[in-house]
Amino acid sequence: MPEITKLIHKYLRHDKKFPHVWCPGCGIGIMLGALIRAIDRCGFTKDEIVLVSGIGCTGRLPVYVDFNTLHTTHGRALAFATGIKLANPKLKVIVVMGDGDAVAIGGNHFIHAARRNIDLTAIILNNSIYGMTGGQYSPTTPYGMKTTTSSYIHIEQAFNISELAVTAGAPFVGRGTVYHAKLLDSLMEKAFLKKGFAVVEVISHCHTQFGKLNKMGGAVEMMQWQKDHAVTVEKAATMSEEELKGKFKIGVLVDKELPVYLDEYEKIRQMAMSKKEK
Amino acid sequence: MSFRYDIRLSGSGGQGIILMGIILAEAAGIYEGRHVSQTQSYGPEARGGSSKAEVVISDIDIDYPKALKLDVLLAMNQKSCDDYYMDLKPDGILIVDSTFVKQIPIARAYQIPFTRIAREKFGKEMVANIIALGAITKLTDIVSPKSMEKAVLARVPKGTEKLNKDALNAGMAEAIKARKNILPFVRSEREDEDT
Amino acid sequence: MKKKPKTPYKEFLLQGNEAIVEGALRAGCRFFAGYPITPATEIAEAMSVKLPQVGGTYIQMEDEIASMAAVIGASLAGVKSMTATSGPGFSLMQENLGFAIMAEVPCVIVDAMRGGPSTGLPTSPSQSDVMQARWGTHGDHPIIALCPSTVRECYDLTIKAFNLSEKFRNPVIILVDEVVAHMREKITIFEDEEVEIFNRIKPNMPPEWYIPYVDTPSGVPPMANFGEGYRYHVTGLTHDIRGFPTSRPDEIDPFIRRLFRKISQHFSELQFGEFYETDDADITIIAYGCVARSAKRAAIDARQKGLKVGMLKLNTLWPFMRTAVEKVLNTSKIVIVPEMNMGQISREVKRVNKGSTKIFTINKVDGTIITPQEILARIKEVG
Repeated sequence: MPEITKLIHKYLRHDKKFPHVWCPGCGIGIMLGALIRAIDRCGFTKDEIVLVSGIGCTGRLPVYVDFNTLHTTHGRALAFATGIKLANPKLKVIVVMGDGDAVAIGGNHFIHAARRNIDLTAIILNNSIYGMTGGQYSPTTPYGMKTTTSSYIHIEQAFNISELAVTAGAPFVGRGTVYHAKLLDSLMEKAFLKKGFAVVEVISHCHTQFGKLNKMGGAVEMMQWQKDHAVTVEKAATMSEEELKGKFKIGVLVDKELPVYLDEYEKIRQMAMSKKEK
Repeated sequence: MSFRYDIRLSGSGGQGIILMGIILAEAAGIYEGRHVSQTQSYGPEARGGSSKAEVVISDIDIDYPKALKLDVLLAMNQKSCDDYYMDLKPDGILIVDSTFVKQIPIARAYQIPFTRIAREKFGKEMVANIIALGAITKLTDIVSPKSMEKAVLARVPKGTEKLNKDALNAGMAEAIKARKNILPFVRSEREDEDT
Repeated sequence: MKKKPKTPYKEFLLQGNEAIVEGALRAGCRFFAGYPITPATEIAEAMSVKLPQVGGTYIQMEDEIASMAAVIGASLAGVKSMTATSGPGFSLMQENLGFAIMAEVPCVIVDAMRGGPSTGLPTSPSQSDVMQARWGTHGDHPIIALCPSTVRECYDLTIKAFNLSEKFRNPVIILVDEVVAHMREKITIFEDEEVEIFNRIKPNMPPEWYIPYVDTPSGVPPMANFGEGYRYHVTGLTHDIRGFPTSRPDEIDPFIRRLFRKISQHFSELQFGEFYETDDADITIIAYGCVARSAKRAAIDARQKGLKVGMLKLNTLWPFMRTAVEKVLNTSKIVIVPEMNMGQISREVKRVNKGSTKIFTINKVDGTIITPQEILARIKEVG
């Protein structure tokens, strides 16, 4: 049996009524593949993984995989995950979100999770649009694009999710695309093994909504766009600002050590217990 | 009829009114074994707004937890004195901090400059409330000095025990002085209708 | 010298909010997530001190939405969890409160009621969240809400709230008004006091046989915690018995009906209250929270004046204590419902009244407690 088939058998839920909800050609499947491969390589057991999601196309991901899975309310996945991790630190808690989920309705939870540095992994699939509800503009829709709620033209500036995570204090931030699948595997693996709050932004496409409305073609053309506009962190270091215009960096953007919440809280418990004994 | 004693402590935020209420309730409830309820009302300001704490002491379960007609009113500023003296029973006791309360609405009132004593004798205005508790102890006999001292010492910060004990004693001594100057209570010939 | 009880005991002068914390810890609560708000803040403060002393966890979240989410997450991971807030924060919690009902996650929410709507009266009491507790979150749903009127009841009902939430896999709300939340009273806790503690029923079958949302005689499915080998899916979408989203009418209907049935068929276990001299009463006052204390005083005073007045105190607000209320509606000529709102429980009393009993209300919405004199005046007016 080929490796990938073995993984599918090991990790997908066979009692769940497939097919899945995603459109043919969607990038979420590639992200799911990378997630499974990375988890498998890290050697986590299925029982110790909790996969949490919010609402949207990406929010539907956990139902298909055989972990402890939690499909929460829109934008709140990180807050649910915070409670899970603090209640049982032995669990490996991974959160998958879309761009609207993570930085529009869940923007507040996202920056505070990054600031707190609880040992969670946040994977954000960024396809620049609300896909499930039919193609409305999201906080990452670029200026000048068209969506069903900006059918004239989009006049807002877009969030840069990775930079937001860096600024909010996340000790690990990586960005990949669904085109660069192997890089995505390694970014996820690094994020899962990172002690602290780790963010992986996954640039993807929504050819059904964003591609159609902006005449960018189908899934293949949009992945070609990812290939043409992504620059590795290493290569970007050699390029001028002029050359980097319109491009985006992929790879590990930040990897630093910061005090992790649960280690710090353990100190609080020691202080509290010794005070109580007195 | 069961015994019920209603006390209102009032002043402005920052004067330690609510802490007084807690200490008084603990003295009566924990150290003297009576039934107590302590309630409060306050504004949004931590300092400067009006502040009110009420303590009800009884020998049975207390139903209505707030003060009804007052047996004791402590007013630590003019406004609270003006606002609440009407709630006193005819034989109720009015105690004012004469540092701030200059206009006394009824003839029979204990006037003790709690804040001035705190400032001049102890160099710390913040013990004015403990001095006032000392005065309340002596003027009402609702709790014993011993119970009050225990309750005060249990609630004040470590290292300030002596200061607070002295403040409490100073309040009791002032009360004895003030009692000599007070008019005796004489029940009116005409029965009050609204008691 | 007063006779001491035989067992070692401790007497405390506790605030209602502090008694809620003591009750929660006694019930086994080991996780608290919250956001500061008057008049519930003392609960968060005390939890931040006490939870780490017993190996538990306190966290202050970025808002009440996140607090409620974290509480649900912690409960799914197997830890008894709670949050505390007031009206405005309770509004923010409604979204995830609905999730907890849908996914059947035990948890306890304290709402220390202050005057509303909106920011309202942060430091003044009210009872105006009774209906928010019942219908605040969207969709049809069952709910349990308890309402203490003494500091001792704050302690006891918090323990009950945890037990009921674990037993029925449903959120339980404690509706405490600002008066009771901030009031201090003496409570005696015996050190060897036996307290009934109920923990969620866990699956006793192997994981491959576990059906997480299966119907049972009690209507409550056993609950596996995350990480215990029972890997299953939890969602806020309407789901089938395996927990997977469904849009099949034949799966949706029995699920929603089971949610209601698991509460309604245990109705008698959820009725807490007190009848005070109601047997021969011509007039009965139905009251709850701090107002029940004024009502009792008014009943005592009225009896002394020769009027036959009784009181029914409601400690359970939801599900509505229909049986108890019907009992006094059958025996009294007049029922008076004093509330610090425009008539939320009185509406329920009118709903169950068969028509023979006159129902009068006292509605006070000025941020102050209803006094015994006000109730007494109403008794004289209508009696």
